Order: sequence, then structure tokens, then C-alpha cells
Amino acid sequence: MDVLALLADGFATSLSPLNLMIVIIGVTAGLFIGAMPGLGSVNGVAIVLPLTFIVPPSSAIILLAAIYYGAMYGGAISSILLGIPGASTAVATTFDGRPMAQQGKAGLALIAAAVASFVGGTISIVLFTLFAAPLANVALAFGPAEEFALVLLAFTTFVGLGGDDKLKTIVMICLGLVLSTVGLDLISGQPRLIFGDIPGFYAGISFLVLAIGVYGVGEVLYTIETSKTAPQVTPARITWRELGNGLREMNRLWKAMSIGSFLGFFVGMLPAAGATPASLMAYGIARQTSKNPKSFGKGNIEGVAAPETANNAASTGSLLPMLTLGIPGSPTTALLLGGMVMWGLVPGPMLFIEEPDFVWGLISSLYTANFAAVAINIALIPIFVWALRMPFTVLCAIVLVLCIVGGFAPSQKMHDVWLIAGFGVAGYLLRKADYPLAPLVLALVLGPLMEKSFRQTLIAEQGNVLAFVERPLSGSFIAIALLFFALPLIKSLRRTGSRGVAPAE
Amino acid sequence: MLTADRLIAISLMALSLYFMWHATVLPIGWNGMTGGPGGGAFPFWLSAIMLACSGLILLRTFLPDARASFTMDSTMLRPLLAVVIALVVTIALIPIAGAYVALPLFLLWYLRIFGGHGWTLTLSLSLVTPVVTFLFFEAALKILLPKGITEPLFLPLYAIFF
Repeated sequence: MDVLALLADGFATSLSPLNLMIVIIGVTAGLFIGAMPGLGSVNGVAIVLPLTFIVPPSSAIILLAAIYYGAMYGGAISSILLGIPGASTAVATTFDGRPMAQQGKAGLALIAAAVASFVGGTISIVLFTLFAAPLANVALAFGPAEEFALVLLAFTTFVGLGGDDKLKTIVMICLGLVLSTVGLDLISGQPRLIFGDIPGFYAGISFLVLAIGVYGVGEVLYTIETSKTAPQVTPARITWRELGNGLREMNRLWKAMSIGSFLGFFVGMLPAAGATPASLMAYGIARQTSKNPKSFGKGNIEGVAAPETANNAASTGSLLPMLTLGIPGSPTTALLLGGMVMWGLVPGPMLFIEEPDFVWGLISSLYTANFAAVAINIALIPIFVWALRMPFTVLCAIVLVLCIVGGFAPSQKMHDVWLIAGFGVAGYLLRKADYPLAPLVLALVLGPLMEKSFRQTLIAEQGNVLAFVERPLSGSFIAIALLFFALPLIKSLRRTGSRGVAPAE
Repeated sequence: MLTADRLIAISLMALSLYFMWHATVLPIGWNGMTGGPGGGAFPFWLSAIMLACSGLILLRTFLPDARASFTMDSTMLRPLLAVVIALVVTIALIPIAGAYVALPLFLLWYLRIFGGHGWTLTLSLSLVTPVVTFLFFEAALKILLPKGITEPLFLPLYAIFF
């Protein structure tokens, strides 16, 4: 089979000593980042991205993907041991993971989480491998009109499917898009939005500056406010016998884990959804279909396995549209996309033709990362128990220093460091007032593509706006986008309608 | 705290207006020559949508059943402000006194005074961080951090590493 040959070539890349070492480093770093409350995959990738200049571009992406991957495993660790999700993606894991730990079954819960993550990861990577090339082939037929329609579709999923306030979501999307237009106009080459000729703005606002600001500095401020007292770490020791028991226990979890894997993968592909809703949905479905739904929330191991498979599957799923279409499925993959563009690897269907070594190297590295993550996760549990005792004041201080230095390094301008501080405070305040930050970051990353494809289409079609609807593919994307946009309106109309009929509920 | 919600909505409205004003430097209308909108159109009209939406958000806070989304533990305001001020001072200090003075000072303040940690932890982190930073960024990546007035002190180190 063609895919297998390409994958085999990929393994030649990902199993090279450098890349293998990078996967191990990345996964370990990701596990720690994920395990630390307050830091998730998106924070880890944002803070570590500037440090990856030290390795060649393709290895840098493998490193970031490994961190992303490791963080999904790591999130469960603090959910179980502290009762605080290590990342938002591990919220659902606290529901049953914490009660298990309190019953003295922390070790079993940790093993279940790691093995479930491994199963979810593996199934989703196989799905990824099967879907990637065909999807990239479809995307080859895309012109600027389709690109524009697809970006529009990605944004409307936030409005239609995202759980946040609709108006606030729209404000954040527009803000991100406007920030992306700062700098030189793509078509005419003239400077715009340089705010009274500030030289730093000529180069535009880098996605990295916004991401480090919002996910680095902003996150630290949020952590300072919410972490008044240090949480209690539940001790956990893993013996060989416990490991054996845990693995035997996993045998009866196949149903929960397959629900999580498939659901996670497909939900993860949607820009507005991602790993957090995927894991919550998987938890809900596992409870509904379980033989004893009453035991959920009281330390049922299925309640740990389902969300943990789902969040790993979703993280792989969100890589699929990013790599094949150039449209990220989550804020973390938006950062990966930005990083790839920075290194001259433009995601999209052409990447599969022009850089097959890189693409298949990355895909095969997900397989190796998955194996490395499950092994390192279980082996290092005692170290995680120790590391989770690290006070927030130490963690926050280190993260802030990394934000300053990492923000300076790519452009070597203090202007960017000031912007990071500004975005950090602004991002913190916006988050406090329930403005969603993911669409903001996604909009900044996708803004240039959106504007360029819009204007290119119109120039090519002599200003004919109907060009977007006349092409079948872009027309149907726009139709779905309109549907998503109208969805909240229809829902609210129906709600007011039903309220009129039956006010009591 | 509905006031905070309103203030944020008003700031977003002001920001949209500011963006719109700057966007008019380039044509914001339809460009008949090339087909398609001018260079200022994208930022201008998106800011206009932003203005409209944040305006609606502001109006919504005046509805009788409006609930505040912004909640805050007021005892945490002081530590938060302290960290923000320390961050600003550190960034301002970097071009003057150099990153290798500003960052250890920041760590010293954060760990010892803000965090209340012991001297052993404070000093070891404040000393190890600049060394690791130097080796990683300057020696390995050849990215020079600003040194300000401390530049001459680094000349012997440059001689070793470059």
C-alpha cells in the first residue's frame, strides 16, 4: 500500500537518533507542562516555541508536536493527584480520577489514564494516517476562493458550535483579524495600522507575541489570582503488581476507550471544539452507555479512561486539518501552524507533495511519541508526585522569565517584549470577562490567509463577489458557514418560542 | 462586577474606533481598478463589526437581568498589581541595565519578597537562570540579549564563545 511505504520512509526520519531524542525530550517536557496546573499544551508550545531555534525546522516541529502530545498525557496526572485539572483538556478526568485517588487507588487511576491515552492516541494516529493523504488530495483542488470559504467556515464553527458567548466570540475573531492586518498591506505593500509610525509595527504582530502574551503572561496572572493556597498532593506509588493489575483492569474498558477514540478524533478536527469538549462528551456518553452509570463520579475507572482517550485522540484529530488544509483545529495547532510558516514549511496540500519527508516524518513521530509517552509517564510517576509540590511562585517566576527571553529571541526587538506584557494583561482581563481567547489566536494566525485569498479571488474575478458562491466547493463551504452562523439565532428563537408555551421547566 | 464588564466593553469600542481611524489611511472602499476592496477595507470593516458587537455587549449589561461575567477576589488585586509592576520595571530595565541584571533582580524580588522562599532557593535560581540563558541563547543560538551598560563585562565571554 502506498501509505505504508510513505509511512515507512517517515519512520526512517523519525527514528534517526536526533529525532528520537527530540521526541523523548519533547514528550517528557510535555508531560511536566501538562501535569502543572495552569500550564497546558497551548501554554507549553507558546513558551517553548522560541527555544526550538536550536534544532533544524523539521525537528523543531516534531519537538512541538511531542510536547503537545505529552501534555495531553500529563494533564491527567494533576487531575488525579491534586484534583485540579493540569490542563483544561483534563477537566473530565477529575470527575472520577480524584475520587479514585481519595480511595487510595491513585496508582490505578494514573495507569488507567496513561494506558487510555495510549489507546486513544494510537487509534487516532491510525485514523490520521488513513485520512491525511486523501484529504490533502481533495485540498489540492482548492483555489483562493475555497481557502477563503474554509477559513470563514472555521470561524463560524466558533460562533455556531463554541460554548462561549456569541457576541464576545465575534469580537475576539474580529480583533484577531484586525491585529493580523497590522504591518504592510499584502497587495499594495503600503504600511497600515502602524499607530503613528511606530517602527516596530511595520513587521506586523507575530502570532508568537500574542500567544506568549496571552498564554504565558496572561496565564501566570490568572494562576496568581486563582491559587491562593497550595493544593494537597495525594501520594501515589506504582509497583509492578499494581501495573499488572491495572493492565488487566483495562481489558474491560474497551468500550469506553473506543467511544473516546473515535469521538475525540472527529470532534478534535473542528476548530471550535477540540480536546476539552471532546473529553467531556466522551465522559457523558461513557456514563450513559455504562452498565452502572450511578458509580460515575464516585471513582469509576471508565470515567477516567473515556475522557483520557478522547483528549489524546482529539489532539491528533486537530492536527489533521492543520497539516492537510492549513486550517488549525485548536489553538495549539494554530501555534504549530505559525511555527511551521516561520520556518518556511507552509502547511496545506502542497506540503504533502513538496516535503513528503517532513510530513511523513512528523506523522511517524506521533507513533514513536505515543510509545515514549506511555512509558515515560508510568516510569516517572514518583517524579511527578514530587514536582507537583513545586510552589506556584517558583513556577510562575520561571514562566515569566521564559516569556521575556523567549519573546525577545525571535525578532530581537524590545518592542515585542512590551507587546507581550500588554497582551498578557489584556488577555487576562478579557479572559476574566469571559471573552474566549482561542478564536483570537486562531484569527491572528489565519488572518493573512483570509485576507489574501479574499482579495486574490476578487482580483482574479474582476471584482465579482459571486465568485465565492459560484464555485461548487467554496459555495458549499459558505453555505455551511452561514448555517453555523445562523445556528445560535435559530436556537435562541426556538428557546423564546418554547418559553412562551411552557414557562415552567 | 458589572462595572468591569462595561469598562472592558467600552475599551473594546474605543479600540475599534482607534483602529478604524488608522485604517482610513489606505482606501477602505471598493477599488474599481484592481477589483476588490482597498488595503484599508479589511481592518476598517472588521473593526466596525467589532464596534457594533462590543456596543451590543455594553447595552446588554444595562438589561434588568444582566449578570456580571467578571468576578474577582479583591484580596488578590494587590499581588496581581505587584507582579504586573515588577514585570514592567524588569522590561524597562533590560535595555538600560541589561538582561543579565534585570532578570536576576526580578527573580530575586519574585522568589524572596513576593513568594517568601528561602535564600537557598532564591539565590540558586537567580544565579543559575542567567548562566543557562547565556549558554542557551548567546553561546548556542547566537542570539544576543540586550546588555545595556553591562556590555563591556561580556567582552571576555564573547572572546571565549565566538
